Amino acid sequence: MAEALARKGLDLKHQPGFHAIAVICLLLLYAPILVLAVLSFNSGDDLVHFSGLSTQWYGKALANEGFHAAATNTLIISVTSMILSTAVATAAALGTTRTRAWRGQGAAFMVINLPLMVPEIITAVATLSFFSLLASLANINFGIGNLILAHTVFCIPFAYMPIRARLEDMDVTLENAAADLYATPWRAFRRVTLPLLMPGITAGAALAFIVSFDDFTITQLVAGPGQTTLPLFIWSQIRRPITPELNAMCSILLGISILFVLASYLIARKRA
Amino acid sequence: MPDALAAANVLDRQITRRSRLLTLPALLVIGVFGVLPLLIIVVYSFLAPAPYGGVEWHFSTEAYVSFLFQEDIFDGTLSFVPDFLLIYLRSLIYAVVTTIVCLFLGFPTAYFMATRPPRQRGFWVLLITIPFWSNLLIRTLAIMMIIRDQGILNGIMIDLGLIKQPVVMLYTDGAIVLGLLYSYLPFMVLPLYSSLEKLDFRLVEAGFDLYATRWQVLRRIIIPLAKPGIIAGSLLVFIPALGAYVAPLILGGGRHLMIGELIAQQFGTSRNWPLGAAQAIILMAGVMVALFFYVRNTGGKVQHG
Repeated sequence: MAEALARKGLDLKHQPGFHAIAVICLLLLYAPILVLAVLSFNSGDDLVHFSGLSTQWYGKALANEGFHAAATNTLIISVTSMILSTAVATAAALGTTRTRAWRGQGAAFMVINLPLMVPEIITAVATLSFFSLLASLANINFGIGNLILAHTVFCIPFAYMPIRARLEDMDVTLENAAADLYATPWRAFRRVTLPLLMPGITAGAALAFIVSFDDFTITQLVAGPGQTTLPLFIWSQIRRPITPELNAMCSILLGISILFVLASYLIARKRA
Repeated sequence: MPDALAAANVLDRQITRRSRLLTLPALLVIGVFGVLPLLIIVVYSFLAPAPYGGVEWHFSTEAYVSFLFQEDIFDGTLSFVPDFLLIYLRSLIYAVVTTIVCLFLGFPTAYFMATRPPRQRGFWVLLITIPFWSNLLIRTLAIMMIIRDQGILNGIMIDLGLIKQPVVMLYTDGAIVLGLLYSYLPFMVLPLYSSLEKLDFRLVEAGFDLYATRWQVLRRIIIPLAKPGIIAGSLLVFIPALGAYVAPLILGGGRHLMIGELIAQQFGTSRNWPLGAAQAIILMAGVMVALFFYVRNTGGKVQHG
């Protein structure tokens, strides 16, 4: 039967209709963002009819002061959370990968991945409650630091994953060779392990940045006055009549996310 | 060589200590700013609400009671009010429908991807991964702009003379499910793909040799072997869909409330934090049940391939 199928030039792996469904999935995933991006280049202010190519809405979006302020906040939060989460995630990956199994390692792994298992809205209200308690009991308010800490927590598992994957793929013999050549543990780490691990760290950092950059739910609940981030700013704009300027802002944000995903993907794919 | 053994033991202990120290900072950050807040809302759910948001520190089970009952102001009797329960039920139905549709779309897609030549596979994975990492708020806004009354879909249909009045698509059940489907489809495709990629196609060939039809091969060989991916993907769609906030907020317009919005409302305009905390705990309990189901179905079994 298999041979008969093969003789007829049929592929054993083929299942009828699956190709069409795969194309439908791609269309479903990409059509909305493509429409959004195309209309941001519309010369008119119509969101249905395309009247000509223009970048005027990008000019307006980039000149918008609210957009600037939100971009500044977003950059401060995302870059700081990226650095913090990547640093602790790198250390944790070194402590939990390729090492002698230790008691509590399984539990540690679960704690690191916990932010992925809790629905975001629960994390959001829990973090809000935590900071309000901190403010009322001890009069502690870190200002924008509240958002940075909240973001760092859920960025850690995203930074951790590619670093761990890289470590698991890495060749131990090089580090052993360094040790054989009388390198101190620190020197071996600095000169051998860290450079080899760098692509994993960069990929993890890129993911941590996007996750923080894109976050809406947690930020919306935890943000105090004056802590508007780009997603919050865009949310505030949709209550007004929608213009292509909003499309331009959305496209800029999407473009940045896609750039970072591509970077993370290309860096992580590089073999040791 | 007891000395060498002792030295090795000391070294082992040093390595273990170093591993623990390296893991500690991540555990501290998540412990203090991730786990502790979860414990705080458990405590909050047993307190009384303060008039302007926040809590008053005396023990009360009122939040849980008011989840199902309403107290009569005059005689203090409790009557059953299913409003919140209905919102949970609606969220459950939306999440189940989303998971099923995602599975029916995602399985063929993942299978198609897994049967491409290796070079093309990487490209497909990238195509599915990009929306996964793109801004969820903006992707949902894009849907809203397409399906709203003055949106592009209605605009085109009116231009073509298919309809005279815009068809109301936004703020319907269908809009929310579409949004959820669109948000979480990659969560289904990616684990299914990693399961199907490892599939041993000699088994498929053996099936054909034994005169199985394509459908029988799919049903009796491929689907059972992809079970770990099916379970993982379904869970990864179901859990976030159940607690979804962005899709119902933008595409439901407050008319078809889901759990996520309900909880956010208690912490926002309704200013009843203990009730919101209790609702969050009840949602978390649902998630734990789903996770338990997952562990029981996959725990201890060796994945094929």
